[in-house]
Amino acid sequence: MKLRSQAIASSEQFKANIAAHEDALRVVREAADLAAAGGGERSRERHVSRGKMLPRDRVANLLDPGSPFLEVGAVAAHGLYDGAAPAAGVIAGIGRVMGRQVMVVCNDATVKGGTYYPMTVKKHLRAQEIAEENHLPCIYLVDSGGANLPQQDEVFPDRDHFGRIFYNQARMSAKGIAQIAVVMGSCTAGGAYVPAMSDVTIIVKEQGTIFLAGPPLVKAATGEVVTAEDLGGGDVHTRLSGVADYLAEDDGHALALARRAVGSLGAGLTSGLRQPAEDPAYDPDEIFGVVPGDLRTPYDIREVIARVVDGSYFDEFKPRFGETLVTGFAHVDGWPVGIIANNGVLFSEAAQKGAHFVELCSQRKIPLVFLQNITGFMVGRKYENEGIARHGAKMVTAVACTSVPKITMLVGGSFGAGNYGMAGRAYQPRFLWTWPNSRISVMGGEQAAGVLATVKRDAMEKRGESWSVEDEAAFKKPTVDMFEEQAHPLYASARLWDDGIVDPRKTRSVLSLSLEAALNAPIGDTRFGVFRM
Amino acid sequence: MFDTILIANRGEIACRVIDTCRRLGVRTVAVHSDVDAQARHVEMADVAVSLGGASPAESYLRGDAIIAAAQATGAQAIHPGYGFLSENPEFVDAVEAAGLVFIGPSASAIRAMGLKDAAKALMAEAGVPVVPGYQGVDQSPELLAKEAEAIGYPVLIKAVAGGGGKGMRLVEAPKGFADALASAQSEAKTAFGNPHVLIEKYITSPRHIEVQVFGDGETAVHLFERDCSLQRRHQKVIEEAPAPGMTPEMRDAMGHAAVRAAEAIGYKGAGTVEFIVDGADGLRPDGFWFMEMNTRLQVEHPVTEAITGVDLVEWQLRVAAGEPLPCVQGDLTITGHSFEARLYAEDVPAGFLPATGRLAHLAFPKAARADTGVRTGDVISPHYDPMIAKVIVHGSSRAVALRKLRQALAETQVAGTVTNLAFLGALARHEGFSVGDVDTGLIGRDLAALTDVPDLAPAVTAQAVLALVGLDRAPQPLDGFALWAPVAQELAVAFGEDILGCLITTRGPGEIDVAVNGQIVAARYGANGWRFDGQPGAAVFVEDGVATVFGDPTTVLRRVDPLDVEAGAGASGDLIEAPMPGLVRQVFVSAGATVAKGDRLAILEAMKMEHSLLAARDGVVAEVMAQAGSQVEAGAVLIRLEEEEI
Repeated sequence: MKLRSQAIASSEQFKANIAAHEDALRVVREAADLAAAGGGERSRERHVSRGKMLPRDRVANLLDPGSPFLEVGAVAAHGLYDGAAPAAGVIAGIGRVMGRQVMVVCNDATVKGGTYYPMTVKKHLRAQEIAEENHLPCIYLVDSGGANLPQQDEVFPDRDHFGRIFYNQARMSAKGIAQIAVVMGSCTAGGAYVPAMSDVTIIVKEQGTIFLAGPPLVKAATGEVVTAEDLGGGDVHTRLSGVADYLAEDDGHALALARRAVGSLGAGLTSGLRQPAEDPAYDPDEIFGVVPGDLRTPYDIREVIARVVDGSYFDEFKPRFGETLVTGFAHVDGWPVGIIANNGVLFSEAAQKGAHFVELCSQRKIPLVFLQNITGFMVGRKYENEGIARHGAKMVTAVACTSVPKITMLVGGSFGAGNYGMAGRAYQPRFLWTWPNSRISVMGGEQAAGVLATVKRDAMEKRGESWSVEDEAAFKKPTVDMFEEQAHPLYASARLWDDGIVDPRKTRSVLSLSLEAALNAPIGDTRFGVFRM
Repeated sequence: MFDTILIANRGEIACRVIDTCRRLGVRTVAVHSDVDAQARHVEMADVAVSLGGASPAESYLRGDAIIAAAQATGAQAIHPGYGFLSENPEFVDAVEAAGLVFIGPSASAIRAMGLKDAAKALMAEAGVPVVPGYQGVDQSPELLAKEAEAIGYPVLIKAVAGGGGKGMRLVEAPKGFADALASAQSEAKTAFGNPHVLIEKYITSPRHIEVQVFGDGETAVHLFERDCSLQRRHQKVIEEAPAPGMTPEMRDAMGHAAVRAAEAIGYKGAGTVEFIVDGADGLRPDGFWFMEMNTRLQVEHPVTEAITGVDLVEWQLRVAAGEPLPCVQGDLTITGHSFEARLYAEDVPAGFLPATGRLAHLAFPKAARADTGVRTGDVISPHYDPMIAKVIVHGSSRAVALRKLRQALAETQVAGTVTNLAFLGALARHEGFSVGDVDTGLIGRDLAALTDVPDLAPAVTAQAVLALVGLDRAPQPLDGFALWAPVAQELAVAFGEDILGCLITTRGPGEIDVAVNGQIVAARYGANGWRFDGQPGAAVFVEDGVATVFGDPTTVLRRVDPLDVEAGAGASGDLIEAPMPGLVRQVFVSAGATVAKGDRLAILEAMKMEHSLLAARDGVVAEVMAQAGSQVEAGAVLIRLEEEEI
């Protein structure tokens, strides 16, 4: 059925909404610009003066002209390490090379020599996880000094630390997911294993180096004096050691060789049936106007769906039952999807309907798109007594077990157990994107402060002490402030709790690219766990 | 009328003859060389017969094989086209001896016009004006001065034994004659040991105007004149009909002279009488002189067809089949004006060198007549004339026709080989030519301006760039998608020797900025396709990384392939080492020898195989450490090259 929008573009509310979203977007855009600038003017100049392309130019020139680039973790490490690691010192994202979607991971040597901070590791691993889940060939544009030594305890020893990068490379190679490395600068110590573990490695002449220990360490260890080029330069590795396969004249040549290597992989697999795309009947740019600027203001999520799906056609499932959860079938840029969207608090019926719909899509192998805006499951005696936890568990089980790709778009609040049922990060959606106006925390700041204050007041009253309203407010403020800060999407994205913040008006494109990527991997059969009936 | 004819030619003229035959319901037999087996004229003909090898001597000049082909295929007549055997009287005799009809003049008519001097004498006898001159044994200054007076000033004094301008003097008026003669004679004596001179009429502003005639063996008509003054080294470039500035009196005089010439030799079929005309003070009925007669259909015959409405090939066939002349002189009239431009595969900047190549793309505007023997995909080979086509236009007046010519040339699309298209375009815009002020020296005088390569507009480069990377298609929704800042790709393109650095920034679907050496061109997609800085784009053809942007001028830009560099070659090529243990079989160089990359320097025998050791770069041998017969280890240095100077 074709959705009909109730929005009035000329209304004051519509205009106020736009202003609120533009404000929220501005903050994120500034953070993204800062991240994109990398290590600052001086280190960029030094980088270029060595005849090297800037990292973003490397990524761009690897991609097909006009290719979309779906960047992952664009504002990673924002506000962390005193701002020392813009974008966590590594660029990651999905673009097209020779017509095929690939995952690009590119060190930014202008950021502390491209060394790995904890967030750098996390971002690199997340990029690999996306590649592995979606069967995307990986291209590593390497220019890194290895682990950031002052942070070594947060970078080296644990399961999801540095070593995992090479583990992933080996495992992906085993699955037939091509691993291609282009060594465009240093590749020292553990970093040396990125090219060494790749299926195909290209190295830039008199610029790329690969060695387990650099000249200073060699001198300290054995007294041998050797230049970096003689120790592990491009000539050595392509002619003597065999660590690299192709010698490139410069960055441009190296990227062209990498493109040729991707060209020889053959076409990828697309498991979804794409139909001809159709623009939505309503302009996606109007999303700013139809979504209230204040999260607490309810609105009909169908206004968003109408601006995302092909022709604004939405085949709604069970529209008269559990109405606070909207479910239905649609196409996004030609890709078939099942949409699960919040339209208020989750009640038992809504949770049951959600579980039902996930089962349907799993049966039919239709990818799921979650439009998450959830304050949580309904609370109170009536609901606990009727077993809302049991019904909620059904939905969580279904979401956790389904084999179809899940893509989550955080369009509003993400609080409490609602996050679980709506495919939050822990439920391993293939991609999780957030809007600048979204907020994520275990509960609202006011509620959390209220809980803490109630506990404290109860304890004080038990001891016969009294607590003034002013004191209580002062007690609550830090908690409210902390939640406020930590719930912000920039705080979340800096820590890679999601894959990035997106301009809401680009939701359709982001979903299309995510779906295209997800459908590179075949969809397996689903086996659900025990549903608590 | 014949039932079947054989066309003893190739290329555009064979195709053009077949066109008329088809219209008349006459079956056609094509002949072809090996390389022409798939040529357009072969495809068009009803029957095709192979003649042999690529060179004309092995194929199109083999009269016996052609006659045999005609007999074998039941052809009653042979059309010779132009060139090849068209003016060969022995061939005409052989054709007739074989009982076939030669579509053209008699062997005797061809012979009469074949020898230029004899032809001139014959024409003078028939009352056709010839270039006045004196070439007698009497060399007395008085007589020579008198002869000069009779010829009319200005005159040229030329050494009889001369050449290279030695002993040549231009004399403007009688008072300078005696001195000029004395110095010419003395110079001639010094240079050639022979003081004898001849005197010729000097034509200040010579024009080449020719008259199309058509005879039935007894009487002849003329189909007016063509002006072929736009020549480069005697090669006609653009022809037109009628001649600009032609007066009815002069046309009448020239027409009559041409008809007299044809009738004097009992001419049958289509022929052309060429005159040299003095255009210094406008055209005068007494200012034209016979040069020669071409006893065949001319390349430029279509302009005559355009203004008269006559199909000259049809006339050729009908007269050869024994019909009378299709009309009398009074029936013939001129309608409008016509131009023909000869499109060649030639390298104009390199001095009009004939070019070869595969015509990756070939298209002509519908508004023009294009006589061509090639199609898209055909090859311009070195074996034959590199003509691609003749582009012919017709308009109600010279000005209209010229505008149509310019437009037709701008809309002619050729990719895959260099052409003279830009030169033709420049010529069609030439100021003097535009006003009909033509002479045979025009191209030579203004060659630099006519072959000047205009500056490359950034918008043209931007178009080529978009086509080269495949973004000239209709936009797709995800083009240039980025979460934040747009992504831009670098691309280098070569325009001749120049390399242009381009940056392609896709801002969104249908919104691409192309910076060409830093100058931004905004490419935007709209209802009528891509526009570049607001201007509509031209047609572009891309193949193998080469973009041809059609238009006036057509521009060819090549993508600089970043893979075209070979890293490592030459970098460590100083030492020639044994790749494995083995026996040195032979060493081919000694110290001081200059070697080129890829040269074989030595042979190593190992593992039952002989391994050639090649020079990794150009250089000079510094030292040879290996002797033939010595056993060497893997990695042993056998030859060292001198270090490269950087």
